[in-house]
Amino acid sequence: MTASSHKLWRFHGGVKLPDHKAESTTEPVAAAPLPQRLILPLRQHIGEAAVPVVKRGEHVKKGQLIARSDTYVGAHLHAPTSGRIALVGDQPVPHPSGLSAPCIVIEADGEDDWGDSRMPPIEDYRNIDPVKLRNRVRDAGIVGLGGAAFPSAVKLNPRPHQKIDTLVINGAECEPYITCDDMLMRTQAEAVIAGMHLVRRALKPERCLIGIEDNKPEAIRAMTEALGGEERDNIRIVAIPSIYPTGGERQLVRVLTGREVPSEGLPADVGVVCHNVGTLAAIYRAVVLGEPLISRLVTVTGSGVSRPRNLQVYLGTPVADLIALAGGYTDDVERLIMGGPMMGFALASDAVPIIKGGNCIIAARAADVERPGPVMPCIRCGECVKACPAGLLPQQLYWFSRARDFDKAQEYSLFDCIECGCCAHVCPSNIPLVQYYRFAKNEIWSQERERRQAEAAKQRHELRRERLEREEREKAERMKRKQAAAAQQTATAADGGEDPKQAVIRAALARAQARKAGQATQDTTAAAPVSENDDENR
Amino acid sequence: MRFKTFSSPHMAPARSVNRVMGQVLLALIPGTAAMTWYFGWGVLINVSLAVTVALACEALMLLMRGRTLTPHITDLSAVLAGWLFALAVPPLTPWWVTLVGVGFAMVMAKHLYGGLGYNPFNPAMVGYVVVLISFPREMTLWLSPSVIAELNLSLPQTFTAIFAGTLPDGLTWDTITAATPLDRIQTGVGQAHPISEIQASPFFGYLGGVGWEWIGLWFLVGGLWLLKRGVIGWQIPAAMLGTLTLLSGLFWLINPETYASPLFHVFSGAAILGAFFIATDPVSASTTPRGRLIFGAGVGALVFVIRTWGSYAEGVAFAVLLMNMMVPLIDHYTQPRVFGKTTAGKEG
Repeated sequence: MTASSHKLWRFHGGVKLPDHKAESTTEPVAAAPLPQRLILPLRQHIGEAAVPVVKRGEHVKKGQLIARSDTYVGAHLHAPTSGRIALVGDQPVPHPSGLSAPCIVIEADGEDDWGDSRMPPIEDYRNIDPVKLRNRVRDAGIVGLGGAAFPSAVKLNPRPHQKIDTLVINGAECEPYITCDDMLMRTQAEAVIAGMHLVRRALKPERCLIGIEDNKPEAIRAMTEALGGEERDNIRIVAIPSIYPTGGERQLVRVLTGREVPSEGLPADVGVVCHNVGTLAAIYRAVVLGEPLISRLVTVTGSGVSRPRNLQVYLGTPVADLIALAGGYTDDVERLIMGGPMMGFALASDAVPIIKGGNCIIAARAADVERPGPVMPCIRCGECVKACPAGLLPQQLYWFSRARDFDKAQEYSLFDCIECGCCAHVCPSNIPLVQYYRFAKNEIWSQERERRQAEAAKQRHELRRERLEREEREKAERMKRKQAAAAQQTATAADGGEDPKQAVIRAALARAQARKAGQATQDTTAAAPVSENDDENR
Repeated sequence: MRFKTFSSPHMAPARSVNRVMGQVLLALIPGTAAMTWYFGWGVLINVSLAVTVALACEALMLLMRGRTLTPHITDLSAVLAGWLFALAVPPLTPWWVTLVGVGFAMVMAKHLYGGLGYNPFNPAMVGYVVVLISFPREMTLWLSPSVIAELNLSLPQTFTAIFAGTLPDGLTWDTITAATPLDRIQTGVGQAHPISEIQASPFFGYLGGVGWEWIGLWFLVGGLWLLKRGVIGWQIPAAMLGTLTLLSGLFWLINPETYASPLFHVFSGAAILGAFFIATDPVSASTTPRGRLIFGAGVGALVFVIRTWGSYAEGVAFAVLLMNMMVPLIDHYTQPRVFGKTTAGKEG
């Protein structure tokens, strides 16, 4: 174990949790067999959904691009194995809503054949050009594998004004039960370290801090060995206290650097970029082996399965397959969770697939997850205040959310809540606090949406009214002009004094002026966001 | 296979309300035992009576409000309110005084505001203040501490005194009751006697008066245990006792003959009981960390002011209730700094 001399900072709050990690680390990592059907949601990441580039019935090779994302914050999707596209359409996906979403379903042909869809390995990866690296990470569809699934290429591309001096590597894995990062560091430490060197090429930070919770001595040992020491070339492995949620990005940055990421900012605003260890290994594989992100390490654990373990899983594998590989459910299994027990979400069905951000599946018995008693009134004991890592007053937010006093909730920084669950865990009254905050946030979002829609409608109405008035006005003017011209013509014809040529010129001038005036009114409205097809008499 | 879904977190909570209340009750035992030792069976009878009345009122109100008896009756909050009331009143308090006080506490101060968690004022203290103002004579029926008393009532005698209002033949209320040390200081100073002369009486021990100082110490033991268990925070007790010590010390330094010493203030009356068990009632106290410091300091300051210049010898109940009134204001101005924001609530 390391006796790190790196100075550590504290973040407010947090809780000590029973870690339940030993259950799933007794067995070595095994490869899950190829499933028959792989379900690949088009949106497995933060950002816009990817767009399918394959059709039903088409045959794809392993690693072939099947859906692309051309937005900046987005990620491509690749076929995890070779086979036939069985379906492009809605399927149940792992999402808190339990709803279906667009997916590509592949029927595996069992060959697991790459064909020629492997990306060219980059031999001289130690001197890789940052732009080339970013493009490769993007091409490989890599997202943060710690759970949030934010497209990684974006995090390799700091804005010009953001000077990144510290690269933080997140190996904390602070949620109970999850051990996939632990097992990854134990077994693939070299890949993680190599991935870190790659990211260093792109960001050029002065130092690199690898934070690992001190409840993972074996991972720390393996990483130290792979690095060639506890500290080397301004890269340091730091054992950090196991306090949930120290693996939260903001908390980890605080613990390792003492810097606080601004409330609505990003770590880059304080000169830090943070990547998860799993992401680094994926980057390494993409660059050096030319493999896109098509599989990941998943912890399958909990008292509801008889053989908890870690599995290397093809993305798109149904959860039910993994449960079978973990010995199947126990009789009294009660709840199925994707992610950790604190921030993960409950699955309604085990037919949903493993996605890029799916680090853990927990099958839990009632005793592990259920509240021991009924919900009691809040007694304002303030335990939640002590536990809140965001420095909020959870009990006040609860009152405001419950009373639907959303303005007040926002005044008390509702949106700084990271939904870590610490407050609910320490609440003696068993109040599902986080649920109240989610409710309040959703209500505020939908109010905001409605307000924007109402505003747009109002604007459209105003513009239409203006246009109608203008048309009316112009029509009247035209009529007047026509009448005047007619009157003049009769007058001219009557006394025959004026040169007819002159009259034509004057009439043309008047027309031009009228047109100019019309155009001016047109220009002022042209800038408005809502434009309707313009009137006919221009 | 299909499962029911729930919102995260998916880990069973680590605490419960009745565990919290139960621990507070446990912590009251040493002080209550000491009080029984010095003031006789009346203390225990009062506690039993007050707890019974509290539970009965709680049950009645829950039924009237259309609530189920469990889990509310078993949350132990009614037991705690009754117990605290009983510790505040004299050992020979007539039964009907306890009935009125606890009844008012439970019905008016607790349930009419919405029950557990919704009462802005500490119910036990509301009940106590009601009887203190309504029945001033009965509230002076304190006894001489057993160790210096000429005669101590037996259990049946105490029972008769409380429930029938009669004393054994040959005894009068005047012969068995005695003013508390705080009363003596107040009366004595009011009559321009120097403190040293007042404290020469056998009722004053080393710190806060015979019996009282030991009762205070045992409540302190229970309170420190609660602190260690994390049931209460350090802010309110520390701020309350700190402010009381500071203020009384300041005046005592100026003139030790008209102002009692800080040790006397802390170890007499209900200062320690109040600091660890009454002012810390989470429902009616401030809930932010800084707010709790202000709340505790306010209680401490008011206790000193009421004891020194008020018309009541003891001021813990009034001080707590007055600060309860301030809680919304205190909480509003003491919001903690949010992570990633400056104290002004801006981006930092």
